[in-house]
Amino acid sequence: MNIHEYQAKQLLAKFGVPVSKGIACTTADEVGKAFTDLGVPLGVVKAQIHAGGRGKAGGVKLVRSADEARKVAENLLGKALVTHQTGPEGRVVKTLYVESGSDIDREMYLAIVMDRGAQAPVIIAAKEGGVDIEELAEHRPEAIARHRVHPVKGVQGFQLRALCKHLGLTGEQAKAGGKLIASLTQAFMALDCSLAEINPLIVTKQGEVKALDAKMSFDDNALFRHKEVQDLRDVNEEDPKEVEAKKFDLNYIALTGNIACLVNGAGLAMATMDVIQLKGGMPANFLDVGGGANKTQVTNAFKILLSDKNVKGILVNIFGGIMKCDTIAEGVIAAAKEVKLNIPLVVRLEGTNVDLGRKLLQESGLDIQAASSLDDAAEKIVKAIKA
Amino acid sequence: MTVLVDGNTKILCQGFTGEAGMFHSKNSLAYGTKLVAGVTPGKGGQTLEGVPVYDTVREAKQHSGATVSMIYVPAAFTADAICEAVDAEMDLVVVITEGIPVADMAFVKDFMKGTKTRLIGPNCPGIITPVTDKSGCKIGIMPAYIHRPGKVGIVSRSGTLTYEAVFQVTNNGMGQSTCIGIGGDPIKGLDFIDCLQLFQDDKDTEGIIMIGEIGGTAEEEACEFLKQYVKKPVVGFIAGATAPPGKRMGHAGAIISGGKGTAKDKKAAMQRAGVHVCDTPSILGATMKKVLGK
Repeated sequence: MNIHEYQAKQLLAKFGVPVSKGIACTTADEVGKAFTDLGVPLGVVKAQIHAGGRGKAGGVKLVRSADEARKVAENLLGKALVTHQTGPEGRVVKTLYVESGSDIDREMYLAIVMDRGAQAPVIIAAKEGGVDIEELAEHRPEAIARHRVHPVKGVQGFQLRALCKHLGLTGEQAKAGGKLIASLTQAFMALDCSLAEINPLIVTKQGEVKALDAKMSFDDNALFRHKEVQDLRDVNEEDPKEVEAKKFDLNYIALTGNIACLVNGAGLAMATMDVIQLKGGMPANFLDVGGGANKTQVTNAFKILLSDKNVKGILVNIFGGIMKCDTIAEGVIAAAKEVKLNIPLVVRLEGTNVDLGRKLLQESGLDIQAASSLDDAAEKIVKAIKA
Repeated sequence: MTVLVDGNTKILCQGFTGEAGMFHSKNSLAYGTKLVAGVTPGKGGQTLEGVPVYDTVREAKQHSGATVSMIYVPAAFTADAICEAVDAEMDLVVVITEGIPVADMAFVKDFMKGTKTRLIGPNCPGIITPVTDKSGCKIGIMPAYIHRPGKVGIVSRSGTLTYEAVFQVTNNGMGQSTCIGIGGDPIKGLDFIDCLQLFQDDKDTEGIIMIGEIGGTAEEEACEFLKQYVKKPVVGFIAGATAPPGKRMGHAGAIISGGKGTAKDKKAAMQRAGVHVCDTPSILGATMKKVLGK
């Protein structure tokens, strides 16, 4: 799960990470008032969307008066901001964060990621900030310092010293930097983050070290123990079909093609998408109904698939292990009748109770094409939507 | 010989009295698996399905002689359950539970350092060694009836895709030595390299099917290992060629990030290592048959 910059900064501030003073707003009037309340000569109005590249896309503006702040807000609120991470449709800006401006001396990069190779959190730091860290890693790997954090004991003193040295922080700044990195690590571990990124981390002309931007992602599996993080979820930032799917414990990801697929198991769902493309079609989604889906889930899965207006045909691919093929067949039949299905449907069933499942489909009176293998199923659906 | 478990392996089940634990334990028993003890804290002293239940793994091991634990404990308590099994010096722990926090697994892996226990999973179908057409050692949630004893070893990150491969191997007149589902989580127990080594060293395995997916670099590392160590033919598939970057495809570990972990890179690595790469999982069985000349 991702959260907004202002939410991340509020969380991090609680752990002792220095950030600028700021106020989150949802109307232009609030933005004007926030500027006045901050009482600073220079403010920054920042669009809050779950995507990077906001500055270049015009989503971050410097303002010097309440009036100016209000005008900037009017231009941003309710409009789609298109950055290199949002896709061409962009994201509608609903919240603005008004912050006191900083006198920047220099920018650095700091992040912590849960690293599968290290099997632990890893701190990543670079002296240059505002950079694309992946590009830097590729072209000048020596510019990046990496330190594995002990998964229980956390970051050690020598690591903080080495990181500050790498960042070019000395004296009081090194002390402040070390404290900031330690606080960030504490937040990362305490909140079950998968990513905490400060890009840029800055030194101000006054010598303060602080987080100018903040991005945090959380391990979905650990959300159950972090009510305070769950509450920060913004469903406006998610695909409505994905939000709906989550309600029924379905794992759905919207894609851009026109062949919808319903599959059990994540690996098989990915493989189904792959084979559809191999046979000349384009998948409209990834959908894993899980190992023990029931009739209601299958019915709702169908409704979600059909709510995508691009969909021209449906491919059901089930290898029943724990899941019984007759259960799937009943769900498919119920859903097809309920939604009055009028596009081609190809079903490939294999596994537990397969004969019973196939029989149910045959006797349902529905126009369903049966397939004998994944390849056969993909070929049939691709052919059917072209007909 | 087979890999890790055979028809004589005694296992215990942690989370035995829970809904999932009981359902799958019954299936294991029906397949003739020597499930000799259950463990549920606070429920010791009962006997269910003819299997005695204990409060702790240590007691269960002492009384039953089990050497392997299979775990169906809910995700929030799984790390604790794994550590208990490691502390009781089980040889192998198979974790079926999905949805375990990544930080918990980082802790578990740290806890396991210096111990002799091997871990499979979490978030995996488990491990199975068929002994006859209808029985064997089934530690996990896979449908037993598609398996036949034979010479093909299977290792996979995905559950249902493993069943796909198993079924094709069976339908092509071959069978499986052992099938290992290593699971779809980013921090886990046995990885491809460990399993490939086990299959290479197993005299009853003649060919290996390896099924990977997007995310991480485990397949690439395994391919480097393959070149050095594995002399047996390997048939491979990678799921997720059409997955968009930055999206987690069901499994916590199945995500392309920072341009790393793409299916294209993994397939290329497989090809360089001499793996017979399949573009569709539908031909895994037929390809293995051809490769083995059967």
